[in-house]
Amino acid sequence: MAIALTSSFLQLKKCEVDFHTFYPSKKPIVSLRRYTTMAAISTTKSVGISETFNRLKREGKVAFIPYITAGDPDLSTTTEALKVLDSCGSDIIELGVPYSDPLADGPVIQAAATRSLGRGTNLDAIISMLKEVVPQLSCPIALFTYYNPILKRGTGRFMSTISNVGVHGLVVPDVPLEETTALRMEAKKHGIELVLLTTPTTPTDRMKAIVEAAEGFIYLVSSVGVTGTRASVSDKVQALLREIKEIAGWGADGVIVGSAMVKLLGEAKSPQDGLRELENFTKSLKSALP
Amino acid sequence: MASKLHGSVVSSQKNAFVSSSEKLTDKRRVAKMQTSGRAQAQAAEVTTPQESSRTSKLPELMTSSLVFSKRPFFLERSLQVQRTQPNSAGKFGKFGGKFVAETLIACLDQLEAVFAEVLHDEDFQEELEEALRDYIGRETPLYHARRLTEFYKSKNGGEGAEIFLKREDLCHGGSHKMNNAIAQAMIAKRIGRKLVLTATASGHHGIATASACAKLGLDCKIFMAAKDMEQQLSNVQLMTLLGAQVEGVDGQFKDAASEALRSWVGKMEESYHMTGTAVGPHPCPTLVRHFQSVIGRETRRQALEKWGGKPDALVACVGTGSNALGLFHEFIGDSDVRLVGVEAGGFGLESGRHASTLSKGEVGVYHGAMTYLLQDGDGQTIEPYSVAVGMQYPAVGPELSFLKEIGRAEFYSVTDQEALDAYERVCRLEGIYASLEASHAFGILGKLFPTLPKGGKVVVNCSARGDEDVDIVYKHKLFHGALKRTMAQTTPQ
Repeated sequence: MAIALTSSFLQLKKCEVDFHTFYPSKKPIVSLRRYTTMAAISTTKSVGISETFNRLKREGKVAFIPYITAGDPDLSTTTEALKVLDSCGSDIIELGVPYSDPLADGPVIQAAATRSLGRGTNLDAIISMLKEVVPQLSCPIALFTYYNPILKRGTGRFMSTISNVGVHGLVVPDVPLEETTALRMEAKKHGIELVLLTTPTTPTDRMKAIVEAAEGFIYLVSSVGVTGTRASVSDKVQALLREIKEIAGWGADGVIVGSAMVKLLGEAKSPQDGLRELENFTKSLKSALP
Repeated sequence: MASKLHGSVVSSQKNAFVSSSEKLTDKRRVAKMQTSGRAQAQAAEVTTPQESSRTSKLPELMTSSLVFSKRPFFLERSLQVQRTQPNSAGKFGKFGGKFVAETLIACLDQLEAVFAEVLHDEDFQEELEEALRDYIGRETPLYHARRLTEFYKSKNGGEGAEIFLKREDLCHGGSHKMNNAIAQAMIAKRIGRKLVLTATASGHHGIATASACAKLGLDCKIFMAAKDMEQQLSNVQLMTLLGAQVEGVDGQFKDAASEALRSWVGKMEESYHMTGTAVGPHPCPTLVRHFQSVIGRETRRQALEKWGGKPDALVACVGTGSNALGLFHEFIGDSDVRLVGVEAGGFGLESGRHASTLSKGEVGVYHGAMTYLLQDGDGQTIEPYSVAVGMQYPAVGPELSFLKEIGRAEFYSVTDQEALDAYERVCRLEGIYASLEASHAFGILGKLFPTLPKGGKVVVNCSARGDEDVDIVYKHKLFHGALKRTMAQTTPQ
C-alpha cells in the first residue's frame, strides 16, 4: 500500500515519528495483489492511482500530489489550474469539493471553501467541469469531500457519477474505519479507489486494519492538527522544500501539498497571476522530490 | 490533582437532598453504564420487536405543529423502551456514531474509557454531588405555577392540568449548563489536562465552563460567534472576568463549535474539549446527557413527594437537546409520560428561516454524528435562525433523533413571536423571567393544554433565566408595536 504524507508548514517539526516503525510487517508497502485487482476493474482511459504509485516505485520516484479546492476563485480557473498542475509533473491531483462545515481543514482551506460556495459552486458544476477537463489530463484525480454531501446524493449514485467522469480516487476525512463499509462496497463496485486516512496517534492494530481496507494509497496526516495554517508562501518556500525532502527521506511514497497551493490561487491578484505562480511553485516543488 | 473526599462513605452521612431511592437508582444506572460505557462493551439496546414497524408508521402528527391528539396513538401499545443507551459503536439505532477525522478517534476512545471509570469512582461521584449541592445549588425546585395554570384553564372551560416548572434557571450560572460543565471540568482535571476548550451560543455554557474552570484551577478558552459576542456583551465580559479567554469566530454558533473541535485536534495532548450539549461524536452526547439527567431524577422524586405520582407530560425546548434529554432521560421507560420537545420556529416553518431540525431536517452527518440536520439539496448545511441564539443549531442531538424515529418523543415548533409572547406571559403571571430558549417550551402550552388529562400534571423545564434577554424582548416589542401602528395607519378603513 502506497503511503502519501501531507506536508504543512512548520507543523512537520512536531512529528517525530519514524515512519518505518509503523509498519511492523517486513512486506513491501505496495500491495501487488491489489494492483492486479484494480487493473481488472479499471475501465477509464487514464491510469489509476495504484498503478501510478507502482510505476513511480519502479522508477524510484516519490509522487507529488497537490491539492486544490474546486471553484476557488472560480471553476474556470480550477480547470486551468488542473491542467497546469498536470503539465508541471503532478503525479496525482487531489481536488477538494467545498463544504459548509469543513472540520478537518484549517483557515486557508476553510476560506477557499467559503469563497467557492459563495460563488455557487456545487457538486454538479464540479462534475460538469471534470467531464470537460479529465480527458485532457494525464494524471489521475482523487476527489476530497466530506461525508454528508455523499450521503445526501446517495453513496451508490455519488460513486457512479464521479466514476463516469473519470475520477479515480476518493478521500473522505470524516468517516472513521468503522463507518467505511458502505463506502468501500460502493467504491469497489464503481471502480473508485477509496483512500483511507491514518495518523501518528493511531494505534498499530487499527492502522493495520486501515491499511488492509484502503485502496489507492494511505493518507498519513503527518502532523496532529488540521490542514496547514500558517506562513506566507513567498517566505517559506525554502522551508516547504526542506519538509518535502524530509518526508521523502522517511520513506513516503508520495507527498501531498495543500494549503500552500490553495493560498496561492485564492489570494492572487488575478486568476492569471495565480495560475502563473502556481506553475512556478509546482515546478520548484516537483524538482525537490526524487 | 482533583481533590478527593477521604474517609468511608456512609449513606446516612449524605445530605438530605439525596434520598435512598435516588442512590439506588444511581447504582442501577451506574451498573448499566458500566457495561455499555466501555468501547468493547456489549450493546445495551433500546430496540423492541415492534420498533421497525413503528418507524414506518410514524404519523405526520408527530412533527406537525398544528395537530395534537389527546394521547399519541403509539402509547396505547405497550412500550418496552428502556432507558436509551448507545451501543458499542456509539449509536442509538442508526443515529450517533463517531464521524470524525481519524485524528480524533484515539481521543474519543480515551474519553469514553475515562467516562466509564468515573461512573463507578466513589470519590468522583462524591465530589460531584458536593459540587451539585453546594456550588450549583441543587436540587432545584419543582414550582407549581398556579396563575399560569389558571390562565390556561380559563381558556379550556375552567379545567385542565396543573403546570409545574423545573427551576433550572435557579442553578448557579443561571442555567442547566453548569450540571454538565462542572462534571466535565472535573474529568478534564482528572486526566491531567490544563486547558478546556469549548464553544458557546448564548453565553450560558461559556459562563458555566469559565466558572467551573475557575473553581478547579484550569485554563479556559471559549469560542463564540462574533455576532453573538456583540449581542451578549455582558456574558462575554463575565467570562473574561472569570478568567477565560474568549475568541470570536466568523459566522454563527455552529462555526464556533467547529472551530472548538478543530482547536482540539490541534492540541490533543494538553487540552480537553468540552461539549456543552448533547451533540458531537460519541461519547460526547452520552456524556452530556448523563450529567444532565440529574434534572429528570430530581423531578421524579419531587413529583412523588408533591402529588404522589409521575408527571403526565414533560416539556422542554430543543436547540441541541441537553436540557430536554436531561429532563426526559429518566422517564424514557415510563410509557405513560409524554415527552414533548419544542424547537425554534423562527419566522415560521414555511419561511425557511427557523431552526426546526426535527420537523424540517433530513438525516445526515454533522459535527461527528449521524442525526437530523437542516441541509440543502447538495448536503450543505442550512444556516438556522431563531430569536433565541441558543436554539440556532442546524442539527440536533442523535439521541433525540432516535427518540423521534421510534416515536417515543413528540416534537413541535414555536415561532419567535410565540416565544416572545410566552416570555412576557410567564413574567406577568408568575414573576419568573425565563430565557428566550426556555420560552419556546412555554410557548407550546396553549396548543398542548387541551390535550392533557384533566387534573394531570405537566412539568416544563425552565432551563435558564432570561434577564439577559430583556433587551431583545424590548427591541421586538418596539418593532412589532411600530409595525402594528404602521399597519393600523395604512390599512384601509
